[in-house]
Amino acid sequence: MSEMVARNIPDRLTSRAQRVLKSWETLLLAIAILVFITNSFASPYFLNAWNLSDATFNFTEKAMIAFAMAMLIISGEIDLSVAAIIALASTAMGFVMELGFGTPVLVLTGLTVGIICGAFNGVLVTRLGLPSIVVTIGTMSLFRGISYIVLGDKAYTGYPTDFAFFGQGYVWWVFSFELVLFAVLAIIYAVLLHKTNFGRTVYAIGNNPVGAQFSGVRTARVKFVLFLLTGLMSGVAAVCLTSRLGSTRPSIAFGWELEIVTMVVLGGVNILGGAGTIPGVVLAAIIMGMVTFGFGLLNVPGIVMSIFIGLLLIGAIALPRVFAMVKRGRG
Amino acid sequence: MITQFIKSREALLLLAIAIVIALVSTRFPDFAAPANAANIFNDTSILIMLALGQMVVILTRCIDLSVASNLALSGMVVALINSIVPGLPVPILLIIAISLGMIMGACNGILVWKLDIPPIVVTLGTLTIFRGIIFLISNGEWINAHEMSASFKAFPRFELLGLPVLSWMAVLTVIVFAIIVIRTPLGRAFYAVGGNPHAAVYTGIDVGFTRFMAFVIAGGVSGLCGYLWVSRYAVAYVDIAGGFELEVIAACVIGGISIAGGIGSVGGAVLGALFLGIIKNALPVINISPFWQLAISGSAIIIAVAVNARSESKKGRVILKKAEQTT
Repeated sequence: MSEMVARNIPDRLTSRAQRVLKSWETLLLAIAILVFITNSFASPYFLNAWNLSDATFNFTEKAMIAFAMAMLIISGEIDLSVAAIIALASTAMGFVMELGFGTPVLVLTGLTVGIICGAFNGVLVTRLGLPSIVVTIGTMSLFRGISYIVLGDKAYTGYPTDFAFFGQGYVWWVFSFELVLFAVLAIIYAVLLHKTNFGRTVYAIGNNPVGAQFSGVRTARVKFVLFLLTGLMSGVAAVCLTSRLGSTRPSIAFGWELEIVTMVVLGGVNILGGAGTIPGVVLAAIIMGMVTFGFGLLNVPGIVMSIFIGLLLIGAIALPRVFAMVKRGRG
Repeated sequence: MITQFIKSREALLLLAIAIVIALVSTRFPDFAAPANAANIFNDTSILIMLALGQMVVILTRCIDLSVASNLALSGMVVALINSIVPGLPVPILLIIAISLGMIMGACNGILVWKLDIPPIVVTLGTLTIFRGIIFLISNGEWINAHEMSASFKAFPRFELLGLPVLSWMAVLTVIVFAIIVIRTPLGRAFYAVGGNPHAAVYTGIDVGFTRFMAFVIAGGVSGLCGYLWVSRYAVAYVDIAGGFELEVIAACVIGGISIAGGIGSVGGAVLGALFLGIIKNALPVINISPFWQLAISGSAIIIAVAVNARSESKKGRVILKKAEQTT
C-alpha cells in the first residue's frame, strides 16, 4: 500500500509466555470461545454436531481464499477481484458442462481459469508496476463482466451428480469435504508462511520492499506467485461453491471480496503489509462463521450481522490504538 | 499552453469520448443531438458529483469505499422523514441530507485522522455499517413513490433553462469543486498532502485534518446525492446504489486521478464520469446487450491505470531504476 507509517518493532524484552498471552491470536481465541458460549446459551439448536457442521459452510469457501489473500496482503498487495474470479471460473465450468464433459474436466477448468486470472493480475501488477488495488478493481469488473456477457440473465444448472461431492459430500461422519479441505489448506498455508524461506521473503517484502530487493529477494516473482496462489484458491472456492449451489449465475459470490478482506484484517494481518499469521485468519474465519450462524438461529437478518462485522473490523483495529493513546496520555 | 493541453489526460479523454460518440452516431445519428446529450448528462449527474467527492479523498492518498452506502442511508432517512412529515419543504430536506452525509464522512475522517487507521479498512467497515443501519431504520421495507410527497419527487425533474435541476446540481457541484480545489488553501493542501505528506507537515499543513476535511466533503456530496437518487427514482430501499462505490472510483481512475495521491483535476474526474455515462447510454442504442457494460468499464479502468502509470513515471528522479520498477 502507498501509506508510509513508521512501524514500532520492539526488541524481545518480554518472555515468550507473555508474548503469547498478549498476542492478537489469543484475543481472537477468547472472542471465539465467548461467541461459542453465548450462542449455545442463546439457542438450544446451536450445540448439535450436524448444525455446527452446516454452519461451517458459512466460512470454509471464503477462508480458503483468505489464506492466500493474507499472504498477498502481508506482501503489501491486495486482490479485490477474487469474487469475480469465482464468477468467471464457475461460468467456465458451466460452459464446459454444457459441452458434455464430466466432473474431472469441470474441476480442472475451474482451477485453470482461477490460475489464469491470478496470472493476469500478477502480470499487470509485477510486470507493468501498476497499483494492485486499482488493477484488481478493474479486473473485478472485467472478470464478472465476462460472466455477464456469457450468461446474461440466464443460469447454468444440471451439474452431474458426482460433481456435488465437493460442496455437499461428507468425508466422515459430520466432517464435510469442504471442512476437511479447509483444515488441510490451513495447515499447508501455515507451513508455507511460517516455516519456509518463501514465507520469510513474503514478510521481508511487506516490511521493506527495497531492502528485500537488495537482499537478493526476487520481489516481483514472489508477488507473482502470490497472485497465482490467490487465483488458484479462488478457483478451488469456485469448484466448492458451484458444487454446493448446483448452479451458476453471474452474480455468484457477489461482494465476497470485502468479506474476505474483513476476515484477513480481523485475523490480525496488517493491511499495510509486513505482519500477520495464518492461525489468526483461521480464528477470524471461525468467529465470523459462528456469529453468522448464531444470529441466523436467533432469526437476526444477515444485514444486521454485517453491522456487527463492520464494527468488529473497525473496533479490532481502533481499540488497541485508543488504549495506547490513553496510556501515552497518562505517562 | 496549447501543446500542454494536447498532451494532457483531459485531451486524451475528450478524444476518446469524441470517438465513442462518432462511432455511435454512424449507427444512430441522433445520439449526439442536444436533447439526447442533455439526457445523458442528466443520467450521469450523480456519478459526476460522487466522482468529485471521491477525487479530493484520493488526492490526499486516501480512499472512500463508503460513498454508496452513505448515499443510500442519507436517501433513506430523507425519504422516511418525507413519508412521516410530507409538508417539510425540500430545501430543509436537502440540508438534512447534506449534513447527515457530512456527519458520516466525519466518522470516517475522525477514524483516519485521530486513530490513524488505514482509510481502506475504515471505509470497508463503515460501508457495511451504514448499509446495515438502513435496514434497522426501515425494517427492510421499501419506501415507494406513493409514500413520497409530490414536491419531493418533482425537485430533481424541475426544468430550469432547459435542463432539469439534477443537471444544474451537477454543474453547481463542478463549479464549487473547481473553486475549492484551485482557489482555496484547502484545495492546495489536498495536493500537498497527497504529493508528499512529510513535506506537507514541514510547510505547516495538518495532514490529518486535511484528510478529515476531504472525507467530510465527500460525505456531504454523498448525502446530497442520496436525496437526488431517491427522489429521481422515486424509491428507497436497503440495496440502492449497491456496488456504486466502485463505479465512482473507476470514474476517478479513468479521469487520471492517481490512486497514489496528489495528481488529478476536476476536469479529469468529470470527463472520467462522462466517459462511463456515455458508454452506458450508448450500448443499448447500438444494440449491444447492457451486460457488456461491466466488462467494458473494467477494461477501461485497466487501460486508464496503465496510461496513468506511464505519465506519472516521468515525474521525479529515479535513482535506482531496477529497484523502482519492481517495488
